This record gives sequence, C-alpha cells and structure tokens, in this order.
Amino acid sequence: MPAPDGGIVFAILAFVIIVSALMVVSLKNIFHCALALVLCLFAVAGVYILLNAEFLAAAQVLIYVGAVAILMIFAVMLTSKLASRKIRQTNENALTAFFVCVIVALSTIVLITKTDVWRLTDKALPADNIATIGKYLMTKFMLPFEVVSVLLLAAMIGAIVLARKEKS
Amino acid sequence: MAEYSWILKNSYITCLLPLFSFGMIVFFLRWKEMLSAVFSIAMILLSWVWSLWVLVEVISHHGATYEAFYDFVAFAGFSLQIGILVDPLTAVMLAIVTTVGASVEIYSVGYMKDDPRFSRFFAYLSLFLFSMLGLVVANNFFMIFIFWELVGLTSYLLIGFWFEKKSAADACKKAFITTRMGDLGFLVGLFMLAFFAGTLNYGEVFARISSGLIPAGIVTAAAIFLFCGAVGKSAQFPLHVWLPDAMEGPTPVSALIHAATMVAAGVYLVARSMSVFVASADAAIVVAVIGLVTSFIAASIALVQNDIKRILAYSTVSQLGYMIMALGLYGYDSALGHHSPGYYAGTFHLMTHAFFKGLLFLGAGSVIHAVHTNDIQEMGGLWKKMKITAPAFCIASLSIAGIPPLAGFWSKDEIVAATLQHPVFLVVTLLIAFMTAFYMWRLCFLTFFAPPRDQHRYEHAHESPKTMAYPLVFLAVLAAGAGWVGIPKVAPWFSEFVFHGDVYHPHWSWLMLLSAVVALSGISLAYLMYYRGSISPIKMGQRFKPLYTFLYNKWYFDELYHVVLIRPTLAFARYLWSFDNRVVDGAVNGTAWTTIKWSDIKEWFDTWIVDGAVNGSGWLVRQVGNTLRFIQTGSVQFYAMFILALVVLFCFAKFDYVEMGLERWVLVFVLFVTLVVVIVKILSMLRYRAEPKNTQED
Amino acid sequence: MFYYLGLAAILFSIGLFGVLTRRNTIGILMSLELMFNAANINFVAFNRYIITDGLTGQLFAIFIVVVAAAEAAVGLAIVLLVYRNWRGIDTDHYSVMKW
Repeated sequence: MPAPDGGIVFAILAFVIIVSALMVVSLKNIFHCALALVLCLFAVAGVYILLNAEFLAAAQVLIYVGAVAILMIFAVMLTSKLASRKIRQTNENALTAFFVCVIVALSTIVLITKTDVWRLTDKALPADNIATIGKYLMTKFMLPFEVVSVLLLAAMIGAIVLARKEKS
Repeated sequence: MAEYSWILKNSYITCLLPLFSFGMIVFFLRWKEMLSAVFSIAMILLSWVWSLWVLVEVISHHGATYEAFYDFVAFAGFSLQIGILVDPLTAVMLAIVTTVGASVEIYSVGYMKDDPRFSRFFAYLSLFLFSMLGLVVANNFFMIFIFWELVGLTSYLLIGFWFEKKSAADACKKAFITTRMGDLGFLVGLFMLAFFAGTLNYGEVFARISSGLIPAGIVTAAAIFLFCGAVGKSAQFPLHVWLPDAMEGPTPVSALIHAATMVAAGVYLVARSMSVFVASADAAIVVAVIGLVTSFIAASIALVQNDIKRILAYSTVSQLGYMIMALGLYGYDSALGHHSPGYYAGTFHLMTHAFFKGLLFLGAGSVIHAVHTNDIQEMGGLWKKMKITAPAFCIASLSIAGIPPLAGFWSKDEIVAATLQHPVFLVVTLLIAFMTAFYMWRLCFLTFFAPPRDQHRYEHAHESPKTMAYPLVFLAVLAAGAGWVGIPKVAPWFSEFVFHGDVYHPHWSWLMLLSAVVALSGISLAYLMYYRGSISPIKMGQRFKPLYTFLYNKWYFDELYHVVLIRPTLAFARYLWSFDNRVVDGAVNGTAWTTIKWSDIKEWFDTWIVDGAVNGSGWLVRQVGNTLRFIQTGSVQFYAMFILALVVLFCFAKFDYVEMGLERWVLVFVLFVTLVVVIVKILSMLRYRAEPKNTQED
Repeated sequence: MFYYLGLAAILFSIGLFGVLTRRNTIGILMSLELMFNAANINFVAFNRYIITDGLTGQLFAIFIVVVAAAEAAVGLAIVLLVYRNWRGIDTDHYSVMKW
C-alpha cells in the first residue's frame, strides 16, 4: 500500500482526530468532551488543508470551532448543574453499540480497500480555491446557496422561539 | 241304502240354531230380556225336535251311518274337513244334549230372573249349546277339537258369570287352565294321528289303525294322548280339581255343563275313538285304571262334604269315572279278544246320568233358591215345604243309588257287568256303589227329612216358581224311565242300537241282585246315621279324625298342585318379569348413561381442548407480547442501534464476498457476531419486568 | 486516497458509537458533529482524487458545515427546552416513545 499523500503529517493528524474523537464519546465530564471536540475539529481542518481545500479549512475553523463548539460549551454550561461529578456517560447499550460500530467500521474499510472501482486521477485541482468557490456559489450552486440562507434564517428564528422564556 | 231324509242330511242345523240365537241376542235382543230368553228357548226347542226326528230316522234305518263332508283346507296328501257324521251314538248324544239343554233353559228363566245380566246368560247358553252340538256331529278330529275348545271357552264364561265374586273368577280360570292341560295332550295325539295316519277323518283313521298300518307303539301313545283330553274335560284324576270349584257358577250352568253335557264330551270322545283303544290293550287298561281311581277318590271325598253342590260335583266326577272305566275295560277286553259289555255300559250310563244328574242339580238349585244357603247342615225338613222339588230330587237320588226299576239301576248294573272279568275292579266298583248310595242319601236325609237345623231358614223356605218346577218334573220322568230301553234280555234296545257287535250279558240275574243289595245297604246306613241318629256321625268323625280330615280336604290335591305347579310357575314368571325389567330397563338406562357419559366426554373435550386451544392461543400471544414489550424502551438511541444492526445484517446477507476476495468464514463470522450481539441485547432487555433500571440521577 | 476514506470511516463509526451510547443529550449532538465531519472528509477526498473539475465536493462540504451549524443551533435550543421542562438531560429518562 503506497504511503498516504502528506506522509507523516497525515499520520499525526489522523492520530489526533481519532484520539480526540474517542475522548468525545467517552469522557465523563461533558465539558472535557466539548474541548476534545474542539481539538478534533481543528485537526479535521488540518486534513482539509492536506487535501487542497484551504477555504474549507478556514470555514471549518470559523464556523465549527468558532460558533458551533462555543455554542455547545454554552449549552453545557447552561444545562449541567453537576459538571464536576463523575457519572457514567454511556447508557446500557454500550456493549452492543460497540460491537456494531466496530463491525460497521471494519466492513466499510474492507469495502473501501477491496473495491477496484475507483479510478484515481492525477488532475490537479484549480489553484485559486476561494475564487472558484465563489464563482460556483453564484452560478452552479445558486439555489442551494439561497436555500441555505433561508435555512439559516429559519434556524435562527426557530432557536430564538424555542429558547425564549415562558410567559407565566 | 234307503234315501236319507233332508232332516238327517241337514242335522247340523241342530247346532246352528243355537248359534243363530246367540247372534240375535248379542246384536239385537240384548236389551229385551224376556225376548232373548224366549227366542233362545224357541231355538233350542226347535233343535230338540230336530234331534228327536234324527234319532227316529237313525232308528228306522237300523243304526246306519251317514257322513257328509267338505274339504276345507286341502293340500297334497292331507286335508282338513268340515263335515257331519250321524250314527247311533251321535243321534243319542244329540237327543241328550238338546233335552237337558231345553230343560235348563226353561229353568233358567225362573232361576236367573233378577240377574242384571239375564240376556247375556241366555246368549252364553246358546253359544254353549252350539259348541256342544257341533262337537257331537263332527266327523273328524280337527272339527271336534275346534268345538272342544269352544266348549271350554263357554264353560269359562259361564262359570265366571258372576265375576264380581273373586271365588268365581278364580274358579273359571282354574277350569280353563286345567282343561287346557288336558287339551295339550289331545293336540299331541291329534298330531300323531295326522302324521301317521295321514288323515283326521274318523273313519279313515280307524280303518288305518285296524289294518295295522300304524306301529303299535304309536297307536298306544296316540290313544293315551287322546285320552288326556278326556281326562281334562271329564275331570278325571289328576285333572279333576276344577270341577268342584266350577260350582261357583249359577246352578243351571252346573246342571247343563258340568253334569250332563260338557263333561260327557270326554266320555263321548273315548267312545268315538274306541277303535284306537281296542287296538291297544295298554292304553285301554290305563283308561280303565284312571277311571276307577277317579271314581274312588271322588266318592270318598263326597262322603264328608257339606256343600250341596260340592257333593253333587264329586258325585259327577265319580260317575264319569264309572263311564270311563267301563269304556276302558271294554277296550282292554276287546284288545285281548274277549267280549265285554263295557261300550254300551258306558254310553248307557252317560245317558241316564245326564238325566238324573241334571235333575239333581236343578233340584239343588231349587233348594238353594228356597233356603238361600248351600250348606246342608243348615237345611232340614224341606220335604214338607217343597212338594215338587223334594220328590223329584229323591227319585233322582234313588236312580243314582241304583234302586230298581229306576234308570240308574240298569246302567249301573251294566257297568258292574263290565267289571266281572277283573275281580279288583269288581270289588272296588261295588264299594263305590255303596259309597254313592250312602252319600246321596246322607244328602237327602239331611236336606229333606231330618228336623230343620235352622228354624229361620225353614220358615222362609218356599217352593220354586213354575218355570223352575216343570223341568224338574220332566227330568224326573226321564230319570225314572230312561233306563227301560236298556233292560237286558227283555228290552236290550239301547245296546243293540248303539253297539254293533254281539251283546253280552253274563250272569245277569245274580248281578242285579248284588247291585240292589249294595245300594239298599248304603241307603240304610245313611238312614241310620242321619235320620234315626243311631250311629252318630259326629262320633264317627272323631274316631276316624285323620281320615275324616284327609277326605274333607279333598285329599289335599289343590294344596299339592299349588306347591308343585302353581308356585314354581309364578316364581318363574316373576323371575322372567324381573329379568325383563332389568334387561330392558338396563338397556334403556344403559343407553341413557352411555349418552350422558359421551356428552360428558365431549363437554370435557370442548372445554379443555377446543376452548383450551382458543384460550391458549390468546394466552400465548399475551405472554409473548408481555415479554417482548420491553423491547420498546422508549429510548431513541436503542431504536437507532437496532435499525443500524439490522441494516448491517441485511447488507451482509447480500454481500458478494467472492468478488471481494474474502473468505467465506469472515462473512459468516461477522454475521454470526452481529446476530449474537443483537440477540444478547434483546434478551438483556427482556430481563426487565418494570421500568428500565435507573442509574444514578444526574 | 484510501487512507482518507479509512480515516473518515473510523471517525464515522466513533461518532456513531457516541450517538448510540451517550447519556448526555449534548454529548449526542457532539457525536453527531463528528459524523458530519467524517462525511465532509469523504467528500473532500473524493473531490481531490476522483472528480477534480469543479470543486463540487468542497462546495458540498461547505453546505454541510452550514447546515450542521444550523442544526446544532436548533438542537441546542431544544435541549434547553427539555432541560427546562424535565429538569435533566439524561437520555435514560427519555422513555416517552413506548407503551
């Protein structure tokens, strides 16, 4: 099997991703989980850069880390009264879910490695990332763009409506 | 052969006239009593005249025989006939039956005057006369048997005429059943004759027997069986027990049936079938012995009875025994080749006995009518009170005792003559004659001549009305004079008329003297005991107490029969009834029980198996649901996990591993692991019986 | 390329495990973010190695990010509501969808 493109960097990033993901799903303190999530997301951004998706990496950091993760932390702080207590975070389905997920992972990997369908190309990606994305957003992906903005609006309104205080 | 007049040729009309009377009374005249009686008497008088004409005809034809018949049922080699046979015996019988019958019917008008069933009595009497006359003119055994049974039936009806009295009802049943037993033998004899002789016609049967076509043993057996019928009908030992009880019937019935005619049917049968007995000495001696034994037993019982009719009944049995014995001795002697006066002795005595016994009974009825009791110990001194009955009765008593020149003397003398060749028979016959004279005059003295025992009854006694008295007179004349047709050597008309062989009268002079002496001594003893009182009957009774008791209780025959025959039969009938009850009821109950049990089984089946299946499936579904409901935890994560697991499973089931280059075992392993995991998960869920366990609160 | 896909697969299944297992609702949401990211990695990898004309994969990944963000917002608002009404966000207590 040839070495991955990116070599050692990819290996480190992959390691970080996996470890932090594991921390997300298993840590008892929900706050620690959130922080692990942040780490993970950063590492994923690094992977995007390896894959020549600079704008996406930036967007990832901005949106995910800067907004979503922070939001999560806020929520954590708002909802947990006992943040310091060490309670079990996994429910009774743990063992079964573990097996199932292992099987899913393994099978997917097997599927990937044994397939001969992929025809890898060596064509290079367009050099100017941002410009191209911007161009496509306005032309080819106009509709999804608009829809997404409506979606954002709706989500915003919805969140506000949902979270507002009860009129007693 | 001179031409027979139509009177003779149609002599069966004599028996049809009473039948016509019976029919008319039953259908039309029942409600007019006097008319019924008059009609019935008119018919029988007509028959009487006809019979006398027939008798005269037969006499004028010198005892010729006329036979006419019609084949009633005929098939190959055998036929049943209906026909008449008119010979001297028949003519004599016709005359006797119609004479006594007419007398009795006239007498009954007075005797049965106040009876509510007056017309029915005359209907029965007419029916009886039809049967008896038919019996007499029959020309074959089949016909005589039919009329034999008819006579038995009418006797039953007449004995039980006053059926409200239990004793009368019992008596008529006893008569019928006892004679039926004799008839059974008769029937067997008939079958034997029919089988071996191939015919039932008198003439043909006798011809075959005489010519020796039938084996001797069969002849003897057939003869004895035929005699059984006579034993029953004529009340011979051992079937004599019904006749005394038959006195429960009205007195005219006793006079007609049980003295003069029906009981004479047995004697008539033996006389008619003489050829059969002549062919078999053994049968004949049996007949003679039975006759003698019967006569002796009956005479001994009559010595001590107190009921006037019972005395006369036993007297009848005794006299019938005389007749049977005489006929039997004739058969025996003839079988051995000797001469014997027995045949005409028996038939002659039959005739005279019919007259004087009929008279005795009618007279007894007259006496009973006067003093309203049957017991002679309560009577007495009636000679002064009953000026017609008493002399008539005494004439008949003299006749039966055998005092010359009355009828009974001549016939009894013939009978004694028949026993001459058999010393034992002779001695016993003379003893019986002595006893007969004794008991008859005991009766007469106590009833008519002794001082009255019961003053009250004596005061109220009176003579009977004319309709009752005139027949008495008429019969008295006959009782006195009927014997004069049979005086030996001087006027042997009867014997020559009836009998076709040589007439035989041995030692007639000293024989007649002997009988007269015996009769007179019997009367004198009775005179001494009951009129003069020189010998006290009470003291005699006490001295011979056991013998007296034995005789008084009729030799205990009824008790013997009751124990030996009646009780076992009743017990057997009861056993059969209980068996039938148990089996039949058992079957019915068993069926019901089986049905109930079967439906119980079906109910059990229905409840447990059918309902069980239905309920069971419901229960099963409920239990399964109850168990499996815990899979619905309400937790979305749980549901999502399951969906995922099963999706993985489905994907793997469709996994084309060959193309992947994977080993099969990998696939199986993965599938297996997934499956196990899923199942373990499900089972772990099922352990929960309540809410899922709560981990510690947040 | 396969390494990237493999990494995405692993990340996906880890996220899946977390979704199925976490008792804390916010934990579920976090695991869900992981799954989204895994998908994103897949898209970008395919874009880089298979279909390179037009940055379709990347654009799609951007859209996914945006939608994930919106969804996270709404989801957290719901979590807040649940927290307010039921005094806890332990998924073990969410057992309404049953008998």
